[in-house]
Parts: sequence; structure tokens; C-alpha cells
Amino acid sequence: MMLDSIIFYFFATLAVVSAIMMVTRRNAVHSAVYLITALLATAGIFLQLQAEFLFVVQIILYVGGIMVLFVFVIMLVNLDVAVRQMKFNRQSWVAGLLALVLGALVFVVYRKGGGAFNLMAPPVTTLQPNAEQVGTVLFQKYFLPFEIASILLLVAMIGAVVMAKRKI
Amino acid sequence: MDETRTKSGTQVETTVLGADEIILNMGPQHPSTHGVLRVKLKLDGERVAGSECIIGYLHRGVEKIAEHRSYQQFAPYVDRMDYVAAVSNGLGYCEAVEKLLGAEAPPRARVVRTILTELQRIASHLVWLGTHALDIGALTPLFYCFREREEILKIYEKYCGARLTTHAFRIGGLQYETYDGFEAEVERFCNDFSQRIDEYETLLTENRIWLGRTKGVGVLSAADAIALGVSGPVLRASGVKWDIRKAAPYAAYDQYKFEIPTGPNGDTYDRYMVRMEEMRQSRLICLQAIENIPSGPIMARIGKVLKPPPGEVYHAIEAPKGELGYYIVSDGTTQPYRVRVRPPSFVNLQAFDQMARGSLVADVVAIIGTIDIVLGEVDR
Amino acid sequence: MFGITFNDIRPYIFPVIYALVIVAFLPLLVGYITLAERKIMAHMQARLGPMRVGPHGLLQPIADAVKLLLKEDITPKNADALMFWLAPLLSVTMGLVAYAALPFGPAFQIADLDVGLLFILAVSSLGIYGIVLGGWASNSHYSLLGALRSAAQLVSYETAAGLALVSGLLLGGSLSMKTLVETQDQMGVWFVFLAPFSFFIYMVASIAETNRAPFDLPEAESELVAGYMTEYSGFRWSLYFLAEYANMIVVSGIAVTLFLGGWMRPLAAVHMRVFGLPYDLLDLLPALIFLGLAAWCTKLALRLGQQIQKLVMFLVVGLFVVLAGVMAWSLTSPALMPGIHGGFWFVVKILLYLYGFLWFRFTFPRYRFDQLMKLGWQFLIPLALVNLVMIGIGLVLVQQSGWPLGITMIGANIVTLLMALWLVRHGDKVMTAPRTAEDDLPVAGAGQIR
Repeated sequence: MMLDSIIFYFFATLAVVSAIMMVTRRNAVHSAVYLITALLATAGIFLQLQAEFLFVVQIILYVGGIMVLFVFVIMLVNLDVAVRQMKFNRQSWVAGLLALVLGALVFVVYRKGGGAFNLMAPPVTTLQPNAEQVGTVLFQKYFLPFEIASILLLVAMIGAVVMAKRKI
Repeated sequence: MDETRTKSGTQVETTVLGADEIILNMGPQHPSTHGVLRVKLKLDGERVAGSECIIGYLHRGVEKIAEHRSYQQFAPYVDRMDYVAAVSNGLGYCEAVEKLLGAEAPPRARVVRTILTELQRIASHLVWLGTHALDIGALTPLFYCFREREEILKIYEKYCGARLTTHAFRIGGLQYETYDGFEAEVERFCNDFSQRIDEYETLLTENRIWLGRTKGVGVLSAADAIALGVSGPVLRASGVKWDIRKAAPYAAYDQYKFEIPTGPNGDTYDRYMVRMEEMRQSRLICLQAIENIPSGPIMARIGKVLKPPPGEVYHAIEAPKGELGYYIVSDGTTQPYRVRVRPPSFVNLQAFDQMARGSLVADVVAIIGTIDIVLGEVDR
Repeated sequence: MFGITFNDIRPYIFPVIYALVIVAFLPLLVGYITLAERKIMAHMQARLGPMRVGPHGLLQPIADAVKLLLKEDITPKNADALMFWLAPLLSVTMGLVAYAALPFGPAFQIADLDVGLLFILAVSSLGIYGIVLGGWASNSHYSLLGALRSAAQLVSYETAAGLALVSGLLLGGSLSMKTLVETQDQMGVWFVFLAPFSFFIYMVASIAETNRAPFDLPEAESELVAGYMTEYSGFRWSLYFLAEYANMIVVSGIAVTLFLGGWMRPLAAVHMRVFGLPYDLLDLLPALIFLGLAAWCTKLALRLGQQIQKLVMFLVVGLFVVLAGVMAWSLTSPALMPGIHGGFWFVVKILLYLYGFLWFRFTFPRYRFDQLMKLGWQFLIPLALVNLVMIGIGLVLVQQSGWPLGITMIGANIVTLLMALWLVRHGDKVMTAPRTAEDDLPVAGAGQIR
């Protein structure tokens, strides 16, 4: 359907353009803002795939949490020093060669790839309410990995607090 | 120490240990320094590591002017020093010159002077309370305090024609007789006022946020206070029970019963409580004084041309901000040889560094407010 | 054309209309909230507030808006132009996007997302960038630190707010805003009566989220350290201002939806018919409220001196009479009534919640930044966690063991109350200013910088 395609291409273009802008900016804060835009575009694609829980969680966690930390660190680091540092321009030939090889690989995959993966047709029916499904699966089938991840995060938090405080 | 300038022009010093120390300038124009005071703070992260107060932005050469005016001509100038509490300044000066002349104001004049000075103490503390609360973030007490102050200023206006720079007293007594209804108005104000103080206390005294912002902030120990020469509510809040109205009574203070409030810790909260209690005590003094104003002349017989005999005198009174002293040297002519004013705010401000060390930057504003300075007095 | 048929567009028509209505009226509403703030602040401070621009200051917001639009647009020379332009834009956009999920009425919602509540939280967390980038773009060391501090405050209180909301969600059973209100309708009780601590925690966290007093040190600290808004003037500043008030309304909207019954009439389960009319007595309230406002404005109008002010005031009276008429007429058509009355009650509840915001601003002094962070992390988050666990336990007991809802909730709240009291008493030791021996730094020369 035409409207779906328009929306998809809009988000996809936004994501690709933001990614390219992100890696080509000199100013680190600009890069961070373009990364935010790329993440938001990805979230938009999630929404279009009817994965609304992933859409919201992508925004809350990635953009609203992790990128905020990125931005904090970028802003607190003394950037005057970073701007004056040398860039690794001596390896641009190697980088160019690698980029060509990667591009050739992508082209080959694109030509042959259609039949190689046996992708299923997308489901015609709409998905069930996402949050409930994710929650059910997380707390029933993947409960142990969930708990292990929680403990890992707790250990990381305690470690960060111990390292940052002057006295406990 | 290395000194570099960052791109934004801030001075950044690196100490021997490599930590960053920044010098922050709270410039002469600043909403919270209560006048043209410049404070340079040396910050280590959030903490104040040192400070320097740069004054003189309001220096007008008042003491030099005094050498070229006659004693009566100089009296309006003293109002402009502590312009928030002009009546007290006038009282100190007039009593100092009377001491020099060996004269004494008649009893009626002394009692009326006491009433007006105590009302001025309340008015000065009201300004202090409103602005201090405003600095800490409470927006409302300012308007309530100024509402009460308006009543006092109306009394002054009816008495001597001016609200702020009153020139209410003359050397030797009073110029104006009290107007009809003076006692009634003062009494009505005093009766309303106790309820109003309770209103301010409801807003602030038990408030958790107020306690958090003022308890333990800007602590000045009693020994430090005495060593620095601090006087007034700042000294009393540090636990030293010293009030010139009791130690060396002047005007009519020896006739009235009142308490001297002190505070245990010498932090901002104690200074707040001491000044609140002082307002209540001033109100009591006014009520006692109104009941019994002696009748009689209001001006001593000292003649129109004042030529005090050569000599010197130091006379101090308990102004709302502390010990206000006048040191006058006379050479026998109609103009004083030297008038030196000992302003309480000037001396109290020197305690700022002691109080601000180790506190957070956000507390600096509270500490400046709690010393209660008026730059007109600090700079003269 | 392009293969897009009318049927493709049809689901988008009403949402677009609602969106246009919201975007058109929101700046006006924000302007009048600022006027209300000034008038209420003035009356609480024994004075009158704006009186001259329009009768009783009613045209003041319009005058302010015109002034801000006509002001010179100053950009600092060394500021990062892209970020300087982007930051207020980001704040405002995120403030407005959140309205998409707010349920103004049973049918008046732009998008009933299945994850509506999370969507609003996500958009609020995007609004932080407006502040951080604004502080960065001002090219001032202190402005940046103020902005980062403000962002840290927002992030901390977001956690507490989220936990408080989750406990409300447990009661509601769904993330969709519409379902939450409908659940309250079915249960016949607002969630604030079942989980008052969640409401309390959310209220405190929402005040901190929007940088309002007593948590406005990053803003008011512009006396000492330049806040993030300092370099913005004119229209850019008004965008930040709009974003702040829009944020306040969104946050009130969440609280009203989740805890205060959304668009439901107070006492919605109570039906009292009088005088033989087929209408509930309480449903007549909106019309009566508007008529009361019209009468009060008439009284004010008669006391005004100038003719032009009288005229404007009578126009306002006319507006209220028309609104009262609309409320009364909508009683007759069951199709429109839930929508119009729902919208009325939703807005009234938001205004009451905002009155709380304003009231706190004028009453309390400001928290210092470290006290603010301690309150968030050491009081609100533990309390919110305990509250969540207790409500969870309570609901399990209700659903699986069949205990009655009221008793279980009272029990859960009593445990949370005890925890709150313990935290308060324990917290008194941490809230006062620390001055230990190791905090004193040796500096040579008392009173001298060098």
C-alpha cells in the first residue's frame, strides 16, 4: 500500500542520512544529535512493524537514557583538547579499499539474497497487544536470563557508585 | 599555579594537586548581594575554598563631608548610610554630639526616641526577613513583611514627613511634637503585629525546606565572632549575650523590661530566630513605652550655634544590624574635626569569609543575606 | 492519485482535526495559565496582579505574546548555530507531541495507543535534550553546568515518577490511557483512593520533572550560575516557556487520567434525578459552574471604570454564557454528551492539579541541589519501590485469594505510610548542610584569593 511505503521510505531515508551525518561531523555533539535522529527513525520503523512496545522502549531506554549519558560525557569532557588531536588520516587508503570490498559484498548479497534466506511473508493479521506478550514471554520462558541480567545491572550500578563517591 | 583561560573566558587555576579551582565573580550588579557588593569566590568544585569581598562601590565620602558641615548640618547625612534603618543612625549621631556637648535630651524626647527607634528596628528586620526569604526562594514573605513595614512608614510620615531618610531627631531632643493619635496608632500597630509575626513563622520556621537551607549553613562560633568584632544579631546568634541596650543603656532603655534572645549554634537558622524574637521584644518595648510617655519639653537648652568644647567622644548604640558607633573629635569650632562612623555591616561583613568556607555555592547567597548588610553603611 | 484512496486517509481525518485544535488552543491556554499564575500569586501575596491590560489583566497574555514576537532575535556570536536553533524547538515539539496520547474525553483522543502511558513518558524523556542542548549552545561554562544539573534532576525524578505510575498501572491493568479511565469507571472509584501514596509520589516527582518550585534551583540559580535559558530572548525564550507550561499540563494530564478519574464526572456512579428531569443533578454542574462564572464576571464588570474594559468583560461574560448553553444543550444528545462533558471535567481536574503546582511555588522556599537529589534518590525512590511492592502484594491477594479490595489497599497503604515515616525520620540527618572536618580546605591567607 502506497501510504505504508511512503512512511517506510521516509523513516529509512532519515535513518541512513542521520547515520552518514553522524560519522562525518567534526563536532561530537552534532554527531550525538544525529545518532539520536537515527535511533528515532529506527523506532519509527518498529512502530510501522506494529511493535509498539519496542518503539516506546527504544525511545525511553536508548534515546532517553543511553544517549543522555553519551551527551553528558561529551559535554563534560574537555573538547578543546579533542579538536586539536590528530586524525588518523594516514590510513585512508586502507579504509577506502575496505569500503569498496564491503560495498561489493553488499551488492552480491542483494543480487543473490532474495531466495537465499527463505523469508516468510509478513503476517496479515495485526499483532496482539505487545506489552503483554513481551511481559509474558519475559517472565515465563526467559525468566532466568532476565534475573541474571538484572543482577548484572545491579552489580554494575554498585560498582559505579563505589568508584564515584569520595567516601561511602 | 598554572592559570589558563577556557574558551568562555573563565579563569581556571590548577593547583599543585591538579584539581580545578575556579574563581567565580558575583559582580557588583547582582540580585542577591543586597546592593553593590562584589564577592569573589574561589571554588573547588561545588565548595567555596576562599572568598574576598570587594567593597567601595557606594563610597560617598560621608566622613570627609562631615568635616565641612556644622553639627546640625551633618545630621541628614547620617540617615543615608544605613538607609534601611535611618532613624537609628540619627539616634546614634545625636546622642554622640549630645555627649560631646555634655547635654542630655529631656525625658519626653528620650522616650519618643526609643519608641521610634524600636519601630525602626522592626522595620529593618522586616526588610531583612523579606529579602532573605526571597533569596532562598520563598516568594511570599517579602510581600507580607512590606505590608507591615508600610504601617511603620506611615507613622514616620505623619511624624516627620519622610518615610525613608527621616532625620527624625535633632541634637538635643526632637524637633516635632508627636502628632495627635501617635500613641493610638503605635499601639494599634503593636497589637496587630504579634499575629503577623506568627504568620511569618508559620510559613518558615517549621518548614522542612527552610530548615534544610538554613540549619548548619554559615556557622560562626562564639570565639570567632568575638575575635572578628561582630556585633548585633549575628553575635547573639552565636551564643554571646551582648546587647548595648542592656550593657550601656542609652535613650530610655533602662526603664523597660525586655529579653535579649540568643542562639545556640551560630548558623543561619539561629540568626533567623534571633531576629524574629528581637522583633517581638521591640514590640514589647514599644507597648511599655507608650503607656507612659512623660510630658515636658522636647528639646534641651543648647542654643542654636553648637560649639562643643575640644575633645573626643565615642558613642555606640545597638542599631538593628549591630553596634553602630560614632567617634567624633571636636576642635572647638562649629564643624567637627573628624567624624568616624563604626558601621556594624562593615565589621560583620568581614566574618563572611569565615562563614562561607566549606559551604556550597548555593549557600553563599543565604550567607550574604543572613549577615544583613546595607552597602550604604559598609561603604559610607 | 499515487494509489492513495480516501479510505487510506479516513482514519487520519479526525486525529488531524483534534491535533489542529490542540495545537491552536494550547498556546492560548498556556498564556492564560501564566496569567492565572500571576493573579493567584498576587492574591496570595496581598496584592492585585495585572489589572490594566484588559479588565483584571485578561488581555495580558496576548500583550506579552505580541511583545515577545516583536523582540529582536539575538544569537550569541560563538554559539553553535544549529544547536541554538534546535534546542527550544526540541523542547516545544516534545511538549506538544505528548498531547497525542492524552484522553480528553471518551472519543476525544488523537491516538489511543496500546502503550499510551509509556509513549508520554518516552516523549518527556526526549524533552531533556531541549534543556541540555540549550545549555550547550549558550557557549558558557556555567550555563552548561546549569543545564546538565537540570537534566540530572529530571532523570532522577523520572525514575520515581515511573515507579509511582507503575503502581497505578497495576490497578488499571493496561497501558492504554483510555482503558485506565474506563477501568476507573467500571470500578466506580478513582485510583487516588486506592493508592494515595502513588499519587503523592507522582505529584512531587512531577513538580521536579517540570523544574517548578520548590525544585527550580537550576532555573533560579541563574542568579549565581547562568541557567540554560539565559542566552535565549524573544521568541526562542517564549518557546521554552511554552514548553515548560505544556509539560506541566501533560504531567497534570497523566495524573488526572491515572489517579483522578480522567474525564469522569466526580461521583460518576451516583445518579440523582430531581424535578422529574431525565438528567442527573451532578450533570448540570458544568452549566451551573459556567453560569456562576458569568455572574461573577458581571459583578466585576459593573465595578470597572473604563468603557472599553467593561466591554471586554461583558464579552467574557457572553463567552461563559455560551459555554453554559453548550453544556446544557449537550445533555440532550447522548452522542455528544460524554465527549463534551468529559472534556469539561478533564480540563477542570487539570486546572485543579495546576492550582496545586502554583500554590507550592508561592509557599515553599527552594531546595538546594544536593538536597533535591537526596530527596529524589533517598526518599522518593525507596518509597515508590515499597509502595509498588505493597500494591502488587495487595492485588495478588485480591485476585487470587479473593480478599476484598478496600481492606487490602488500606493495609498496603498503611505499610507504605510506616515506611514513609521511617524514611522521613532517617532522612532528617541527611538533609542538613554537612560541615565535617574533612570538608574544610586549607587555603593560605584568610580572606585573600591569592
